[in-house]
Amino acid sequence: MTKPWISLSGIGAFAVLLLGVAPFVLTDHWLNNLGKYCCWAIAAVGIGLAWGRGGMLVMGQGVFFALGAYSMAMHLTLETAGDRIPGFMVLYDPLAPLPAFWEPFRSAGFTLLAIVVLPVVLAGVLGYALFKRRVKGAYFAILTQALAVALAILISSTIRETGGDTGLSDFKYFFGYVLNDPANKLMVYLIAAGLLVVCLLAVWQLYRSRFGELLVATRDAEERVRFLGYDPANVKLVAFVVSALMASIGGAMFVPIVGIITPAEIGAAASIMMIAGVAFGGRASLFGPALGAMAVGWGQSSLGSTWPEGWTYILGLLFVVVILFLPNGLSSLPARIAAARRKPDPQPTPAAPAAAVLEEVRS
Amino acid sequence: MSTTSKRLRTLMATGAIGTSMALVLAGCGAKAGEETAASAASPAASCVDTSGSTVKLGFLNSLTGGMAISEKTVSNVLHMAADEINAAGGILGKKIEYIQEDGATDWPTFAEKTEKLLTQDCVAAIFGGWTSSSRKAVKPVVEKNNGLFFYPVQYEGLESSPNIYYTGATTNQQIIPAMDFLASQGVKKLFLAGSDYVFPRTANAIIKLYAAKLGIEIVGEEYVPLDKDDWTSQVAKIVAAKPDFIFNTINGSSNVGFIKAYYDAGLTAATTPIISVSIAEEEAPAMGHEVSGQYASWNYFQSLKTETNPKFIESWKAYPSSSGVTSDPMEAAYISMYLYKALVEAAGSFDVDAVNAAAKKNTITFDAPEGKVTLDGENHHISKPGHIGKINSSNQFDIVWASDKFIEPDPYLEGYDWFPADIRKQLVDAAG
Repeated sequence: MTKPWISLSGIGAFAVLLLGVAPFVLTDHWLNNLGKYCCWAIAAVGIGLAWGRGGMLVMGQGVFFALGAYSMAMHLTLETAGDRIPGFMVLYDPLAPLPAFWEPFRSAGFTLLAIVVLPVVLAGVLGYALFKRRVKGAYFAILTQALAVALAILISSTIRETGGDTGLSDFKYFFGYVLNDPANKLMVYLIAAGLLVVCLLAVWQLYRSRFGELLVATRDAEERVRFLGYDPANVKLVAFVVSALMASIGGAMFVPIVGIITPAEIGAAASIMMIAGVAFGGRASLFGPALGAMAVGWGQSSLGSTWPEGWTYILGLLFVVVILFLPNGLSSLPARIAAARRKPDPQPTPAAPAAAVLEEVRS
Repeated sequence: MSTTSKRLRTLMATGAIGTSMALVLAGCGAKAGEETAASAASPAASCVDTSGSTVKLGFLNSLTGGMAISEKTVSNVLHMAADEINAAGGILGKKIEYIQEDGATDWPTFAEKTEKLLTQDCVAAIFGGWTSSSRKAVKPVVEKNNGLFFYPVQYEGLESSPNIYYTGATTNQQIIPAMDFLASQGVKKLFLAGSDYVFPRTANAIIKLYAAKLGIEIVGEEYVPLDKDDWTSQVAKIVAAKPDFIFNTINGSSNVGFIKAYYDAGLTAATTPIISVSIAEEEAPAMGHEVSGQYASWNYFQSLKTETNPKFIESWKAYPSSSGVTSDPMEAAYISMYLYKALVEAAGSFDVDAVNAAAKKNTITFDAPEGKVTLDGENHHISKPGHIGKINSSNQFDIVWASDKFIEPDPYLEGYDWFPADIRKQLVDAAG
């Protein structure tokens, strides 16, 4: 078992890089992009918890990402519109009033509360219903994915209420601060990066706790956990709710950083991209999900520019290679190399990978 | 237990440090109401460098995703126009160096790439976009950075920006002429079919207002999301409503599904013709069904007989990435590049404010393939002729109706008394 200070100093170094170094060395454009990757990384940390540690393949995190993102976007839209009805609504139906569900989002306090409470309640109810009925595996994955698809279609088809396919954009203020101001842009970035560090610390603490052990036990042998007197449904429920909360926080910060939210960012494809980053980085490790999500985000911005038609093939190929040869993601590479050095035997015993997995799960 | 609470303290302390750092910084940033002081009034200084022998321009088109089929052609035409200008000596003696970016049919990507082109690549102007959603994603970013964006596609109007030039038609140059044509054909019952996004919704809102004035009854209105192409149940409603004509504001490949459902239901151009605003020479052969006899409203058709059109068609056919036919959005993209050249030469500078000042003189013109267009320096749109074409058996358009003169752009429909003044005021207020 790795000593706790190793992981903790890793988080510390990561925090120094994100909060202390990046703002000074990156251009405004790349710092803003890094902020966006941080938002995906926050959601990815949650996926790491639910999928990597809890074994629940959450294929519809876009739903919770949307709850945070649209809560935030509605507040910022109203803040920009002031006393008037938002411009896009006037365009579709000039005389109708503001939809009733928008009204409470005028309040900054309600918005912040909604970003936390909505995903917790939805994931709580959904998780309770599913886990108590022992829905798992592919059924759970398909169900969550279907929810993301349904929500994206709902948003697309309610154009006057939600902005539809065009989405919500053109935000001028962020809780009273002018978004165009470079100092405020930096502030928004620092909040997102700071939240990512806090989320990493939270899962680090969870993984070390009794709950973390129980979660892994539930993943690997649910029936035995039940036999020992625990209710696996409750364990899974907590992990699912925490991962939903993280996705919502990531979504909420995505809006002021990117400046626009559309159903395409929360639908099936977006949800799968989140999963892809986590798998790529290493779903069960502490840093793997966050770093994987950031790497995929960077690839999209960077390789997508130089080689637009080719980059998705690269991503697909990398994904296949990682799944085939490094099922525990890139973050398991150092351990694999170390293991190979220790044992020059080209034919690893069946026990070796299992031990590596176990070690990694605990790190 | 004590170690746990210690850890908890460390955790909370780190969180607190991060938050307080952000808050300290927030003290430096402008708050709402203070923006006139420093931030919003003077956007980040332009980093455009034209001291060398070239000028950098950005092309932003969806090269991947659902809109790639249309936007790739626009990108290719922009390349052709830039090559032509370079061969003729460039703009103010500087060769165009273009940077192509992919919008990936994803609106946040359009916003991100606009920011990259303006602040990272320091381009003097950006050309591209197709869907109104992409334009609406680009708009706040070019306005914030005081950049220039040239948008080449017909759209729903009700918009203007000091940082955007619109070289496609606004509603009074395409939708309203189409309605005038329908009225002249004696149409009494009209059905509206569109994709579910900003352009069709807004266009149809305007169509309904004008139809009431013309005495045309709207017998139905149906929308299908942009990425869906099953129109079967909607077409069944059309059959039941028995309209004289269908007004089609469907965009992209969803048209293929609509056309299929339309002919499958037994409808034909002879009984229930369609007038489209998104099907041009490029799209007509790709409908998967013979569409001769159907109509489209555009400003430019390949079949137009003007002095400059043959040369444009010839150059395009000879261009390496040519698709063989010319169409309205391609021509509007071609105009946008030459319009920029004319603006910069009139201003004597690539500076955005100087270019806008040159536009204000209302003297910028270009001998476009559709005829001589004039830029309106106030609303940044151009004058255009209105045309209705009927598709013939070789998927070209026979022109059956033309406006008697070039139509001046009127994005807010200020010259039309049937457009309610209070709605216009609300829209202008909301945009401002």
